[in-house]
Amino acid sequence: MLKPENKIFKNLYNTHGWEIENAIERNDWKNTKDLILKGREWIINEVKTSELRGRGGAGFSTGLKWSFAPKEVGSRPHYLVINADESEPGTCKDRDILRFEPQKLIEGCLIAGFAVNAHICYIYIRGEYFNEGQRLQEAINQAYKKNFLGKNACGSGWDFDIHIHYGAGAYICGEETALLESIEGNKGQPRLKPPFPALVGLYGCPTIVNNVETIAVVPTILRRGGKWFASIGKSKNTGTKIFCISGNVNSPCNVEEEMGIPLKELIEKHAGGVVGGWENLQAVIPGGSSMPLLSKKICDTITMDFDSLIENKSGLGTAGIVVINKDQDIVECMARIARFYKHESCGQCTPCREGAGWMWRILDRVVKRKATYSDIDLLADVTKQIEGHTICAFGEGSAWPVQGLLRHFRKEIESRCREEPLIKKRVNNPYLVDQHLLENKNA
Amino acid sequence: MSLKKVHDEQPKEFQFNSENLNKAQEILKKYPEKNRKSAVMPFLYLAQRQNNNWIPLAAMKYIANLLSMPYISVYEVATFYTMYNLAPVGKHFIQVCTTTPCLIRGADKIVKLCKEKISPNENEISKKGNCSWMEVECLGACVSAPMVQINNDYYEDLDEKSTNEILDSLINDKPLKPGSFRGRKNTSPESPPPNGENHA
Repeated sequence: MLKPENKIFKNLYNTHGWEIENAIERNDWKNTKDLILKGREWIINEVKTSELRGRGGAGFSTGLKWSFAPKEVGSRPHYLVINADESEPGTCKDRDILRFEPQKLIEGCLIAGFAVNAHICYIYIRGEYFNEGQRLQEAINQAYKKNFLGKNACGSGWDFDIHIHYGAGAYICGEETALLESIEGNKGQPRLKPPFPALVGLYGCPTIVNNVETIAVVPTILRRGGKWFASIGKSKNTGTKIFCISGNVNSPCNVEEEMGIPLKELIEKHAGGVVGGWENLQAVIPGGSSMPLLSKKICDTITMDFDSLIENKSGLGTAGIVVINKDQDIVECMARIARFYKHESCGQCTPCREGAGWMWRILDRVVKRKATYSDIDLLADVTKQIEGHTICAFGEGSAWPVQGLLRHFRKEIESRCREEPLIKKRVNNPYLVDQHLLENKNA
Repeated sequence: MSLKKVHDEQPKEFQFNSENLNKAQEILKKYPEKNRKSAVMPFLYLAQRQNNNWIPLAAMKYIANLLSMPYISVYEVATFYTMYNLAPVGKHFIQVCTTTPCLIRGADKIVKLCKEKISPNENEISKKGNCSWMEVECLGACVSAPMVQINNDYYEDLDEKSTNEILDSLINDKPLKPGSFRGRKNTSPESPPPNGENHA
């Protein structure tokens, strides 16, 4: 259990007010100038000591990422970009930071911007978060008024500006290179890596892209010391994390907890338990929809941190926990996720564009009990054809949940399949895979 | 990638009004001088707001001229992103989240109510009250599921009764206040926990 004094986001539910005066009372912007004057090396080392891992899904070491930015500014300016394009189903933590703890984010931006030599920061907010974006803009204006931003920000001698850029409903723009394309005014289609954004990013300049939560915890880490942050949680999986618990729980909520907390404790203590009791649990998606689900047996003992979830062939991702109990049709739930990926694929790489549709159609057949046994192997094959054959991680993100379903619920799927072939009679339809969609006797 | 259809009847001309021209100048200041193209997304939003929440082709041509970029690049952006409406939508535009976390908590019942009260099909403007609805992917308020977005506002923690009230209020053009409809403070846990079946 996280001790109350170790909580970083004290205003997660807006009990103390979001405005800059309230934030200053909560120790935001306290001695920011001194922190910056300690220098780049010190900031990056302190973040490295804290073992902070990116909160956007991949869990990459933040200190290490910052150290990839060129030490000296050459002919090209550096940029800091904050990824607030939170669209992963099951995740809604950044929204609360944007609404209720905007000053933590803004202060983090200044410190991170200084650490990576950037004078300009873009915050990319998903278009649906219009009100949250307006709130953040107000908070930025308040910070400008207090001279915390702008020329000689916070008296540190560093010039720093923050701009907000709204997305427009594309999930793929949460991928960092797609996000940069989107800011540049193009379709959000990911770029091939390398070169990585740290060297060639926004407008071809060195760019560091970080998640909202990652940046928002940095000021507190520097103020209380990297060792303090590293002492919370488990080794290599340190610190606190906002968990979003949704689905079939009695009291769905966002809650800040330490990393490595047992999943069962998290659900029972904070979310009021599973609807119908723990025994009624069917499966849990531990880290947003792109992470494979866990069966109940694993859920009994699993702890919520990057490494133990990877051991169980899943991942912490964004820590958006979706609880599914036995009243739900698990295949239908996953078919809906497959539909999400079919809808959101950017269309750049063939395996993902076509494969996402295949997976959805096959799962849809299973839901409607129109699939054959051979469809199961076909489905498994399609997931393997997508995984690893695409430019960005979207391919894995769409294939893994289906693989997770096959791993844990193969029997369930088999029980809904039937032996006879799907198509008994040739019909005049050019696309074989779409035949089940036709409302005819063959399907 | 979404399928979007450009509206059949297009206005011949489009221009930013003076207020939006000023806003456009402010937006351009955010981006480097030689990267004016970055402003295409905010400009499309301006056009959409000026033109009753949808973007005509004339506006894309106008923006292309304004930013000295090819028309096709603007068209590309406008068709790629789902939040740009290329055909008219209702004055009250209801977007129902139906992705898994909302689905588990009964989003399909909200869809059913929309079909009954607004229009049988998505993206059809209702006869009464100038509303339209559509299903969308995750809106990022999963712990407040099920939820709908109406224009810019989130209506959270819904059940059948509250959805009915919201839809009625829209048809009568007196929208209710957004936020949680179970009376909880933002995303905090409720104590004592409500009955888990207490949703749509």
